[in-house]
Amino acid sequence: MNELERALNDGPALDAGAATRAQDAFAERAQAEGLVDVAYTTVESPIGDLLLATTERGLVRLSWIEPGLELDSLLGQLAGKISPRVLESPVRLDGVRRQLDEYFGGARKEFDLAVDFTLSHGFYRRALRSLERVPFGELTTYRAVATSAGNERAVRAAGNAVGSNPTPIVVPCHRVVRTGGALGGYGGGLDRKRFLLELEGSLAA
Amino acid sequence: MSMSELPPFQALLDQHRDDVFRFLVASVGRQEAEDCLQETLLAALRAYPRLRDASNLRAWMLTIAHRKALDSHRARRRRPVPAEEIPARVAPQAADPAARDGEPSLWRAVRALSEKRRAAVLCRFAGDLSYAQIGAAMGISEDAARRNVHDGLKQLRGAWQG
Repeated sequence: MNELERALNDGPALDAGAATRAQDAFAERAQAEGLVDVAYTTVESPIGDLLLATTERGLVRLSWIEPGLELDSLLGQLAGKISPRVLESPVRLDGVRRQLDEYFGGARKEFDLAVDFTLSHGFYRRALRSLERVPFGELTTYRAVATSAGNERAVRAAGNAVGSNPTPIVVPCHRVVRTGGALGGYGGGLDRKRFLLELEGSLAA
Repeated sequence: MSMSELPPFQALLDQHRDDVFRFLVASVGRQEAEDCLQETLLAALRAYPRLRDASNLRAWMLTIAHRKALDSHRARRRRPVPAEEIPARVAPQAADPAARDGEPSLWRAVRALSEKRRAAVLCRFAGDLSYAQIGAAMGISEDAARRNVHDGLKQLRGAWQG
């Protein structure tokens, strides 16, 4: 390759500021035209970095970002299961972020957020929706969740449903414990479950 | 190819935005490139869920950028006043970025090429597309793409003093 071809190959100097400005303007227009099916952002929290993702209908995914749950693979799942029109858009999640901050700061006991249950189906969805009625500071059991979801004998399935919760914290699966009081499991690990229950005063610190 | 194989659109932005922008700056100049990038990304996002072949998303985005650059060149030709005489709308540094590299003549010469030669040369070098991909992007044969690149380079060699 000669010098001319190399210069052409390198292209003009990149003005990253101009490119970012154009991308921001694009993102604004894409939002206004309703082209962003899944908007997401990442935030820090006392229990680790979180992915927040929303559709037009509401919060659709909240996840810890950690080894085994990398951001790329979380976003890839959303692209495959909901729509590939996935765009980073912190503004669309300002409300969620503010309410999470208030919750972790002890100033909020109830989330006033729309949740999109698209990622859960049937018994799982009914089980998760039943958790919306379990208030801050109270606990329920896997058996009670199974009963609310319409099958009191499906205790193990209720456990799986609770464990697969696409929007933990906001849909409070951490408030589900075993009959008899043992903590049971938690998708995000027992340390996080303990942290949340201590925050809510359900577990002695 | 099923929809589930399309990566999140944000990943395309993260991976290819800078290449697409460089391609556009080379093709239409700094002043028009920002608008062209906006239009390219919007067109890409609109079409994305219907995309059948996700095997070369970079080439796909550059093909869209190529069409937006053509639109821009054609709109500029229709305007009564040459773009060069319109006061810079953006910032003081809105001058041709190539000028800051000490090689303004190259990008001016590129923009002075005929539509086909310019597009072919930029797709080949700034875009790094194969001749087959260039042909597909421009709606011409692979041979015609190769010829346009060759003729464009020849013309540039005369205009550019390395």
